[in-house]
Amino acid sequence: MFLELLPFYNKYLEPASAYEITNVVQNFPFISILLSLFIGIVCLAVRPKTAMKLVFFNLGACFLLGLSTLIYCIGRGDYFIYVMGQFPAPFGNEIRVGVLEALMATAFALVMFLSLMGGLKHIFHDVLPEKQTYYFLMMEFLFTSLIALIYTNDLFTAYVFVEINTLTACAIVMLKHSKETLVATARYLMMSLLGSGLIMIGISILYDISGHLLMEDIKVAVTALAKTGKYKLPLEVVICLFAIGLGIKSALYPFHSWLPDAHGTSTSGSSAVLSGLVLKAYIILLIKMIYRVFGMEVILNSRVLNILFVLGVLAMTIGSIKAINSRDLKRMIAYSSVAQIGYIYLGIGLGPAGMAAACLQILVHAYTKPMLFNTAGAFMDEANGSRKFKDLVGAARKNMWAGIGFAVGAFSMIGIPLFAGFVVKYNLATAALTTTKLKAIVALVALVISTVLNAVYYIPALMVLFKKTDDTKDIVLFGSKTDVPFVVSNGIFIICNFILGILSFIFIDIIIMGLSMFA
Amino acid sequence: MINVVESLKNFVNGTQLIESKNETEIKDSTVVKKHHETSFTERVTALIEKGESKAARSAYTVVAVIMAIIIIGCLIYTVSFLPHFGGADNPANSSEVVRAYIENGIHDTGATNFVAGMILNYRAFDTLGESSVLFIAATAVIILLFRHKTKEEEKAESVEEEFYEDKHDVILRHGALILVPVTLMFGLYVLFNGHLSPGGGFSGGTIMGAALILYNLAFGDKSTKKFFNYNINKVVKIIALGFYALSQAYAFYVGANHLPSIISNGVAGTILSSGLILPLNVCVGFEVACTMFGFYSLFDREEI
Repeated sequence: MFLELLPFYNKYLEPASAYEITNVVQNFPFISILLSLFIGIVCLAVRPKTAMKLVFFNLGACFLLGLSTLIYCIGRGDYFIYVMGQFPAPFGNEIRVGVLEALMATAFALVMFLSLMGGLKHIFHDVLPEKQTYYFLMMEFLFTSLIALIYTNDLFTAYVFVEINTLTACAIVMLKHSKETLVATARYLMMSLLGSGLIMIGISILYDISGHLLMEDIKVAVTALAKTGKYKLPLEVVICLFAIGLGIKSALYPFHSWLPDAHGTSTSGSSAVLSGLVLKAYIILLIKMIYRVFGMEVILNSRVLNILFVLGVLAMTIGSIKAINSRDLKRMIAYSSVAQIGYIYLGIGLGPAGMAAACLQILVHAYTKPMLFNTAGAFMDEANGSRKFKDLVGAARKNMWAGIGFAVGAFSMIGIPLFAGFVVKYNLATAALTTTKLKAIVALVALVISTVLNAVYYIPALMVLFKKTDDTKDIVLFGSKTDVPFVVSNGIFIICNFILGILSFIFIDIIIMGLSMFA
Repeated sequence: MINVVESLKNFVNGTQLIESKNETEIKDSTVVKKHHETSFTERVTALIEKGESKAARSAYTVVAVIMAIIIIGCLIYTVSFLPHFGGADNPANSSEVVRAYIENGIHDTGATNFVAGMILNYRAFDTLGESSVLFIAATAVIILLFRHKTKEEEKAESVEEEFYEDKHDVILRHGALILVPVTLMFGLYVLFNGHLSPGGGFSGGTIMGAALILYNLAFGDKSTKKFFNYNINKVVKIIALGFYALSQAYAFYVGANHLPSIISNGVAGTILSSGLILPLNVCVGFEVACTMFGFYSLFDREEI
């Protein structure tokens, strides 16, 4: 393993129980959740510019806190539990921090920081001045719910933060002042509430048959139930309810109809956060449910993974076909999200073998899609806010830096070596070879078809954007008005993409280590 | 062969993206025909071009209803497999958590109301999340409905209001004069006795919110605004939820690190007991009252 070479690895080998606080770093996840929540409350009282500064301060702080937690966790080689209050679970609340959780929380903080930075100009342009404070307030609470969902160890806590996530995500779509966003919000809210409702019913039935809300305790009870065969039908229904509920919320193929509207119409910073992070939080919750609530054995026996596998394959192809047919840049990128979510579900559907690749795809998509949405926002600036391709001819030549970002993102999505997307496809393919023959063939064919389809819409889009026209004879590097935050965030996104593409083995090691802590 | 190469080249260059049909133009140019007037080929082209047809639409409705009925049936069928309601051997009733709450509740939390002890001490983190949900919901409604009015608009509306106001509704005013103080007192009682008797922040806050709404209905906007306007609503909410978050942060930090806490549980059954539960109940109560009145006021006239 690569991680054994890291110098800090052997520092903290003294054995400690998961509950004991031996290091100040163990407080960091708790601090980041409560700090985000408190700053979210304070945001109501201040002016938009101050709220913006508070949000950036908080995201930066959470990134550093998450990073130190991650390093500590890798050094510790084990998870730890932080009791929220005097009483340990199952009586009180607790959060559980492992390597995978810390990695995702760190990555999410950075992505949110960069997405908001890249879309800052559009946020102040699209949102009404008297409502800009609320935008940052909602973003802050959205971030709180994301990290709480990642760290939670209790189903009821998870549900509370699912609710917060739903409301805030709808609110930030609504905050762009236009008719189409109101329609999109209504759709998004309906579908999202349906998902929440199914999750709620699932939690109720699960509590009824197991008598617990804490993940470890449910797993013990569920394993016993599966052995005796008692409550077999309710258990299977619960698994279905969670798969469908979380599938709706993460826009899995037949439940994706809300996504293009919500992501295509909102302001570019919101689109970036919604597609990069909000969808992923639910998938991480699903992975947690699979490993820590039901246990891999019960899940494999229920064959729900096969359904997720088939839906993933369908999403990969049909999402891409829809993207080919769209004449609107942001809708095309939004439909591409449907296809990319399909990759994650393909990985989950492959069972334990594909889980690491699925987690890697979560990271890769979280770093690629926000970049595409932010560059799309920059192109729209050059075309007076139009999203149609016919108005965007040559837009990349007017803002070359955004063009480079879009090209990097597009190549990553297509899966060209050295870019991040390639690593995911490679890992998914190798994982598919270890499973059954039928699954392997279907997965490989789907990967090939999806790659071709990705190229079929991203390459024409690139050709249109980079087309030389009469009024774009000269290349302008940073656009007609240099937008410094966007330039910086786009640069960091490009660097992150190459880091994920070239040094992916580090991340895969960390993910495998994190997944082994789940079991 | 050359044609194929040419069209491929065009495709890669993205010609189809630029020279696409303009969707709004299509809508303007076509005359809307009734279903029986269109030929079959027209329907098929409509299906291909716009992705919809009337037949597909009605079929969709029928399929959706059938699917919903099937899912409802499945869920009801599942319920018949669940343990019987209230059975002593049910997994949910026989778990050690329930027993521990009842046996150690008073000792651990100092609250004679177990529910208050459970939601504000044992599982205070969840309740913090729930209070945030209320806060966010109220803010989302403000985003959707709140209008910053110009001075002219405000003037016009106040004139309008004076015209329509029921100044002579004596029964309502006298009734409210008696009911509002009593309701407010009852709300505060429920709030401050949340750790001793049934009730607490959520129920007490709702009662207080109802009293505010009644006052507003009887005495109009102007007199309500003297003591409760947008800024006061904002300040109360920030202080309530902010205090909640900070005090819980302290309690979590102390609890997790096994440090001695300055908060004592006191003598169970007295009014000043059970540590943080009393102030938290008050916080939640004011938060809920503001939210209730805010919802009413925003839906009524788009302001607080």
